Amino acid sequence: MTGLQSLMAAYLAVWAIFFGYQFTIGRRLRQLQDEVERLKAPAKH
Amino acid sequence: MAHGAASVAESTGHHRWGAGLAETLAVAALLGIAGYAALFVAPTERTMGVIQRIFYFHVPSAWTGFVAFFINMVGSIAFLRTRNLKWDRLGVASAEIGVVFFTVVLVTGPIWARPVWGIWWTWDARLTSSFVLWLLYVCYLLLRTLVDEPERRAVVSAVFGIFAAFDIPLVYFSIWLFRTQHPQPVIGQGGALDSRMLNVLLLCWAALLGVMALLIRQRCRLETLRHSVEGLRADAERNATGN
Repeated sequence: MTGLQSLMAAYLAVWAIFFGYQFTIGRRLRQLQDEVERLKAPAKH
Repeated sequence: MAHGAASVAESTGHHRWGAGLAETLAVAALLGIAGYAALFVAPTERTMGVIQRIFYFHVPSAWTGFVAFFINMVGSIAFLRTRNLKWDRLGVASAEIGVVFFTVVLVTGPIWARPVWGIWWTWDARLTSSFVLWLLYVCYLLLRTLVDEPERRAVVSAVFGIFAAFDIPLVYFSIWLFRTQHPQPVIGQGGALDSRMLNVLLLCWAALLGVMALLIRQRCRLETLRHSVEGLRADAERNATGN
């Protein structure tokens, strides 16, 4: 692997880690919001 | 039930998730400028060539990780003194973000090392202590999943967080205390970095600190929502058993 290829690999890895983390945050948020809706539902009836 | 529902509304309906748009755009712009500077503005290092530019996100990621873990230690101490769960939420948020940044460090380091040293990894003092630091905070996060009761979970986490923070100075000073494979410091004691490189390095650090602040705030809000949901769940269970 050349120096430039290593640099690009590192750059992509950094973006993948941060976007991967953001994805997990989004997924956890959706799960919590779904649970909020589920817990609120009986109160509406 | 009303209190839990009000907390949930505060966490989701009346606060926009993540930071405000202006702050996010400002950090994104700073990150873009820093990235451009790291790849195109900073001078090319004489012996290593372009691969040395990994330094501009490897080193600031490590420093930002240290800051995040320090915030965790502050939150842990503050929780033990006040028993206010907002400090626990700050603790878990900063620990998680610190793990993310140190994952960047542990991934970019070997990518740099392979062509430069000829090996992906070595168990020298700096690399080993960095790996241990990352592992300690991964254990902190795992430990939290084992305790259900919020107050007890916060106490256990706070004690562990304070203990884990003792590794931070060990990682930082390992370069001076031990013979290591890792490059010697380029700023501070014994270091002499080109001023243009130093400016780009500090710019990248500022950008990553901005990212850290946004992520910690976002993660704190997630934890607040999770706490509210736990309250709603407990209310629902009480209503179900009471009826």
